[in-house]
Amino acid sequence: MKKSSIISLIVIAVAVTVIISTSADASAYLSFDEAYELAENGKSNKIHVVGQLKKDANGKPTGIFAGPNKLSVSFVLVDNNMKEQTVYYNEPMPADLLRSEQVVVVGNYQNDRFIADRIVLKCPSKYEETEL
Amino acid sequence: MIHQSLGDIGHLLIIISFVTSIVAAFAYFKATVNKEIGQDPWIRFARLTFIIHGLAVIGVVSVLFTIIYNNYFEYHYAWSHSSVNLATEYMIASFWEGQEGSFMVWALWQALLGFVIIKTNKKWEAPVMTVFAFVQAFLASMILGVVFGDVKLGSSPFLLLRDVLNDPVFLINPNYVPDDGTGLNPVLQNYWMVIHPPTLFLGFATTLVPFSYAIAGLWTGKYKEWIRPALPWAIFSALTLGVGILMGGYWAYETLNFGGYWNWDPVENAVYVPWLVLVAAIHTMITFKKSATALKTSIVLVIATFILILYSTFLTRSGILANASVHTFTDLGLSGQLLIYLLFFLVASIFFAVRAWGKIPSSEKEASTYSREFWIFIGALTLCLMAFQVIIPTSIPVFNKIIELFGKVSNIAPPADQIEYYSKFQVWFAIALAILSGTGQFFFWNKMDKKEFANAIAIPLIIALLISAIIFIVAKIFNPLYILILIAGIYSIVANATILTKLFKSKSYKLAGGSVAHIGIALMLVGIMFSEGYSRHISLNTLTVSLAWTDERNSTSLPLFLNEPSQMDNYEITYRKELIEATDLPELIKKSYVEDTDDPYYKVARQPIVIEGKTWAQPGDTLYSQNPENTYYQIDFKHRVTGKAFSLFPRIQINKQMGDMASPDIKKLWNRDIYTHVSAVPFFDEEVEWSEKVMEEVRKGDRFFVNDYVATFEGLQRVENVSFTDLREDEVAVKANITILAEDGEKYLAQPLYVIKRDGRVANPPDVVKEVASRLTLESINPDSGSVTLGVNTTQKDYIIVESIEKPHINVLWIGTLIMTLGFIIAIRRRYIEFQMMRDKGVE
Repeated sequence: MKKSSIISLIVIAVAVTVIISTSADASAYLSFDEAYELAENGKSNKIHVVGQLKKDANGKPTGIFAGPNKLSVSFVLVDNNMKEQTVYYNEPMPADLLRSEQVVVVGNYQNDRFIADRIVLKCPSKYEETEL
Repeated sequence: MIHQSLGDIGHLLIIISFVTSIVAAFAYFKATVNKEIGQDPWIRFARLTFIIHGLAVIGVVSVLFTIIYNNYFEYHYAWSHSSVNLATEYMIASFWEGQEGSFMVWALWQALLGFVIIKTNKKWEAPVMTVFAFVQAFLASMILGVVFGDVKLGSSPFLLLRDVLNDPVFLINPNYVPDDGTGLNPVLQNYWMVIHPPTLFLGFATTLVPFSYAIAGLWTGKYKEWIRPALPWAIFSALTLGVGILMGGYWAYETLNFGGYWNWDPVENAVYVPWLVLVAAIHTMITFKKSATALKTSIVLVIATFILILYSTFLTRSGILANASVHTFTDLGLSGQLLIYLLFFLVASIFFAVRAWGKIPSSEKEASTYSREFWIFIGALTLCLMAFQVIIPTSIPVFNKIIELFGKVSNIAPPADQIEYYSKFQVWFAIALAILSGTGQFFFWNKMDKKEFANAIAIPLIIALLISAIIFIVAKIFNPLYILILIAGIYSIVANATILTKLFKSKSYKLAGGSVAHIGIALMLVGIMFSEGYSRHISLNTLTVSLAWTDERNSTSLPLFLNEPSQMDNYEITYRKELIEATDLPELIKKSYVEDTDDPYYKVARQPIVIEGKTWAQPGDTLYSQNPENTYYQIDFKHRVTGKAFSLFPRIQINKQMGDMASPDIKKLWNRDIYTHVSAVPFFDEEVEWSEKVMEEVRKGDRFFVNDYVATFEGLQRVENVSFTDLREDEVAVKANITILAEDGEKYLAQPLYVIKRDGRVANPPDVVKEVASRLTLESINPDSGSVTLGVNTTQKDYIIVESIEKPHINVLWIGTLIMTLGFIIAIRRRYIEFQMMRDKGVE
């Protein structure tokens, strides 16, 4: 076999491995119901849920509780199917949480509680003031 | 006052720069078609237009900077990115905080690079500048801010606030100008924000140079000749882009407390990928003369680099990564325009490449396994696969969008643990690269067959194995993967050093770039292995800090009570004090020495502020703090064996936009960093639980105990003004001066007030001295006995929670980056001199 054929084969093999592994390791954007079902079926994959904070009549976020000494926080996230779910986050509350239009939580259900490992919030350069 | 004309000038200059870039592109196009060089009519016209274009870009930048520098907050850009209390360097930084400004920096660099090309390479000027001018037109269109019917073209930085915000205040007074801007986000107020973005954008801009040469070569049929002038630029580009990326990594490590220097965030990946491809391109460009495969690969890779830069721009600026990345720009609604920009150059490049493909010389003969072409090709291939592995998962949000376009729904998300996911692949590519960069060097300088090669490699290989063995025995490395990284890295260093020694012996210093850069990269690999693989928490703790935390977090977070030493690893560590910045003072000052005023930027001294014998403020003096949002925590470290002591000052920033941000402080030792940050400050804004009040009746000079500290009542003092109410002439306010002697002879002054109002009501607000965890109230003044009654409440002592991580041998990584940079510089010099010599000889 020619050397170039061997190299091509290796390259193809690596590329295929990358693609397969990506689809295997990829997480998913799910709703809370789907995430719950996943956990019920004994899977502990970390998934992404996109949602918004629950707002009261005045448009202020509501349902946010800081844990003891503010070392952790829980908040109510409304997913795109309008399902409300309390999310527990074992880190001090990122205060821009209150300002965010959209929150992505990465985590899973553990003992019927949704535990977020990571919250994707906006970066400093992302902020645009909209009010005086 | 509204400085309307300034913005109008700015906007006009944008339009001029846009129009001139199109005219220049057309004129350069005509010049290319007419094969014009030097002073022919089209080319002169084109050059003049491009120079006007460049001046207009400089003008736009100057106008925007004037607006920011003079605090013209009637402009939305100045209002949303700058503020009055911003140091000059951060005013410069606020210029590129927003998308518009950063596009301008990019366009400015490219305009300047265009000037350099015009000056240095007349032969290639016409076709190369055609591409340049086209790209400039696209960039200028991003900030054009012109509306055609329903189509908005670009977003202008010269919009007035009243035109952007729908605020009722503008209905009442259209000329309303806010007193202050909303400022550059405090977390970005850091010198890296001043130098990292422009460096990165210079890196972006320079990828255009080799790209333009490649397109020019394909267009004019000079399939081989474009490489020589493009090569020094390609290396320069890889250098600036690489340095820009590393600066970002260092910034993340040092200030932003992302935990590490690289997080595989999509935004980071988006620049890492083009850098890898560019480095691959440089390698194949070096061997293009002997190998047709290398020539074709070079063309593809140089084009791919530029397209990937556009792709990365699209990813970070279109809002497509909003759900995947923690840091992208605000979406300005330019995604369509950005996509057209990307697709235009993609399609144009493919067109030129396909048209020329058949005519590019090629050879049927395969490169021998013992040739440098072969090894370089394998290296370039590895770099590309490395890039491919990163770009595929990073593009998941794009795939989702594409699937959505076809009416389907896709819910694939990027891997949940990015760091683990990317690292597990990239590490193998890195090992392969280290081995290739070591081995390839032997073939690079000498033609050799199997036997010669075996001779050449034997000694370096044995030395490398020996050194690695010593290191992994001494450093106790048992993880097989880490041992492999170590061997590969050390082998690359030894092999490249062998070559380097030979070059030095023959005094060919200027050829040393490659081996020096390789040594740098290999050192980086070893440094990353140590600092990441063996990074460990030293802040170990058996107490439960918070039930809400995971066991792991509890066991690695150490609570430190004020002035109470704790044991941490080999250190005795003590939280000493809370400090703030006072502008113009040489040191941080104690937070309790000053009192807040209504304006957060001004503080009033409570106690004399003395630094090294010089008194900077007397009680009552006002101090200015440019960054009142920052609080520093002094933590003293004392080595338990050697007794060596040092202090760290990790920071917490009360960031209005983002919440409390912790920044670490790092003790750099020769063999490790001690990376320490305050992970929680439970005292902040917290409802403090006070003990029951204890009454003390004291006379002037009496001593008593406050929370087990000795306190002295120094007497009463009349005060003229109090902050909470206006005093009338017949009203009286006094304060009790109480000094409390705390640890290390430190004296604190408590001054509870007692105010008798005209109607007989009494106000006696307490004074809190956090350092001694006490609150004192002047309960009553007893003229009969000549005494006063003080109420004392105490609470738990002030504490902070720290996390301390040891990062071994991280300096090897930083030294590696410097050596790599040096290697790049040597290589640029060499290739530029080659280009100059050939140009001056008239050879292409």
